[in-house]
Formats: sequence, structure tokens, C-alpha cells
Amino acid sequence: MVRLRLVYLARLREAFSSSGERLDLGAQDAPTLATVVATLRARGGAFERELAPGRAVRFAVNHRLARPDHPVADGDEVAIFPPVTGG
Amino acid sequence: MPVRVQSEDFDAGAAIAHLRSADRGAGAIAAFIGTVRDVNDDATITGLTLEHYPGMTEAALEDIVAEAKARFDVRDALVVHRVGALLPGDQIVLVVVSSAHRASAFDACAFIMDLLKTRAPFWKKERLPDAERWVEARASDDEAAARW
Repeated sequence: MVRLRLVYLARLREAFSSSGERLDLGAQDAPTLATVVATLRARGGAFERELAPGRAVRFAVNHRLARPDHPVADGDEVAIFPPVTGG
Repeated sequence: MPVRVQSEDFDAGAAIAHLRSADRGAGAIAAFIGTVRDVNDDATITGLTLEHYPGMTEAALEDIVAEAKARFDVRDALVVHRVGALLPGDQIVLVVVSSAHRASAFDACAFIMDLLKTRAPFWKKERLPDAERWVEARASDDEAAARW
């Protein structure tokens, strides 16, 4: 059982009309960030649009930048956001 | 404290004076200040709002400073980044680096900014006279970070 805390930031928070949610991935074998994206994309609408292949999306797992093949584990905080634009 | 995220303005002169007075072995101090422009991509900008990811932001900045200290002959470094609503001309970010000699100070200051631009979780939303828009990341920022 892998339950995650998702955090949406900046443009994605607005597009999803949500600053975050709990996501239950069930008993998937070795889930990664790509699993999370596929799960969200399957909802359609803004999730499908914003997370479509080729869209620039970045991830952090427990406050560390991570690539799509990064594994996720029960209790992780997964943030999904556009490329950063500070400075 | 080497990194700060705050809504208040900062005093670069005071920060520089602090680094100078705290370390007589520093022969060079380099500083960078980023400010809000009143124009971007040919549009008039009336202000911007800076959002960040509380919890990650400070850790990301601390990692960047630690990496700069590991790579360059840095004696001390400070990063201050503002969040919230800002106006054209306002200060956004301050980086101050001290080292024994100038080359390390210049390099470490540029390194910290280049990594901050691509790794620190901040996002700018610009206000135009009749609209708002999220600032898009620039490929030139990725290229600048990749040169290190």
C-alpha cells in the first residue's frame, strides 16, 4: 500500500484548482513518479492536459528534486510543479 | 544563518558589512542583487508575486550554498530571497560571497545564482496592466547552470 501526499505549486496549483491531495496508489509494484503522473493523467481534464508528454513538469520527493524514474514510498510527500523561475 | 526566505526587504550593505567584520581573512567580497524589472517580453510589468515551496526552499538554498563552498574557496556565503508581492525596482534576491581572493568570490556568486535559477523552488507571476501571467522558465537558465 503506497499512500502519498501530493503538493501542487504555482501554475499547476491553479490549473488543478488544488494545492494538494492524498493519493492512494494501492498495491502497485515498485511505483515511481512516472506511476503518479500516469495515475493523475488518467483522470483527464486539466491533469491530462498539464501532465501530457512533452510538457515541462518538475518533481520533488520529500523536498528533494527528483526525476520521473525516482521511486515513491508510503508516506512520501511528492510535489509537482513547473520549472522554477526565481532569482 | 546562511539562507533566508522572507517577504521583507533586505539591506545588502548591512549584509556585506557583517561578512566583512566577521572575517578578517576575507580579501574579497562579491555580491549580486536581482531586482524586479518593469518590462518583460515586450510587456509592461506593474509588479510580480513570488511563490515558493515552504519546507523545500530553505533546504534547496542551503544545498546550493554547501555545494558552492565545496567547489570554490569560499569563506562565507549568504543568500536572501524574497517572496510575496513586489513592485518594479524592488529587490528580489541577494547573494553575498566572501573569499580570500576575487576569482573564487566572483565564481561562487555566479554559481549560486545559476543553480538558484534552476533548482530553488520559486515561481514568479507577473502582473500586467490588464492581466496576470506565470513567468516561463528560460532555456538560457538551464545552459547557465550546465556550464558549471
